[in-house]
Amino acid sequence: MAEARSRGPAARPLSPHLQIYRWPITMGTSILHRMTGMGLAFGTLILAWWLVAASMGPEAYAMFESSAFHWFGRLVLFGFTVALVFHALNGVRHLFWDVGYGFKLSTANATGIVVYIVTLALTVLIWIVAYRSMGGW
Amino acid sequence: MSIRTPLGRVRGLGSAKSGAHHFWHQRLTAVALVPLTLWFVWSVARYAGAPHGEVVAFLAHPFNATAMLLFVIAGLYHMALGVQVVIEDYIHREGLKLALLLLVNFAAFAVGIVATIAVLRIAV
Repeated sequence: MAEARSRGPAARPLSPHLQIYRWPITMGTSILHRMTGMGLAFGTLILAWWLVAASMGPEAYAMFESSAFHWFGRLVLFGFTVALVFHALNGVRHLFWDVGYGFKLSTANATGIVVYIVTLALTVLIWIVAYRSMGGW
Repeated sequence: MSIRTPLGRVRGLGSAKSGAHHFWHQRLTAVALVPLTLWFVWSVARYAGAPHGEVVAFLAHPFNATAMLLFVIAGLYHMALGVQVVIEDYIHREGLKLALLLLVNFAAFAVGIVATIAVLRIAV
């Protein structure tokens, strides 16, 4: 008895797991919803930094801009945009599920694809508008 | 409003009689954030790279200051509720879980107050 316990739990067969299944679309969007949500949690710090910099005056704002315009800053802000747009669109999908619509497998898959495509399109559109506001690259 | 099942209400059972509270507030903030996010993204894209004076003038407008504060507060509340669920799902060490839950809620309040003061300094 004591011996059996020391060897730990018996190696029981597992049901097929993450690496075995073909990734369903709904699994991808679900995991991405969590990941983008966590990313956006940290994004709130950037938002607060922007507002504080604007409130402090031109010098503080120039410091914020030099970080935001740096290539790494742009990369972070691009990621912020993708995460925000995806989480918002997929969130609307969740709200429809919450009231009982869109559960049919074919519908859930189709709306997932739509979310991916519209995320891409909106993100590009937002950055085109942003770069136009900045007057170029 | 209550979104508990009729049976649950009649029995008076459930998690301290407020099981749906977290779920409901997550959705409440989610619905609010749909139009606010559209406004936010559009505004920030238009003011990207704008001179400091223009950004301040934008935030000083009562409508924009109100929308920005609603976005920040609804966003942070939504964030705290969401991150709480993620922590509860993945962190099983009781001490660490408690510490992270405290951190998330304190951070939400701290960032919210800082951002609110910043917007009010500009707008008022």
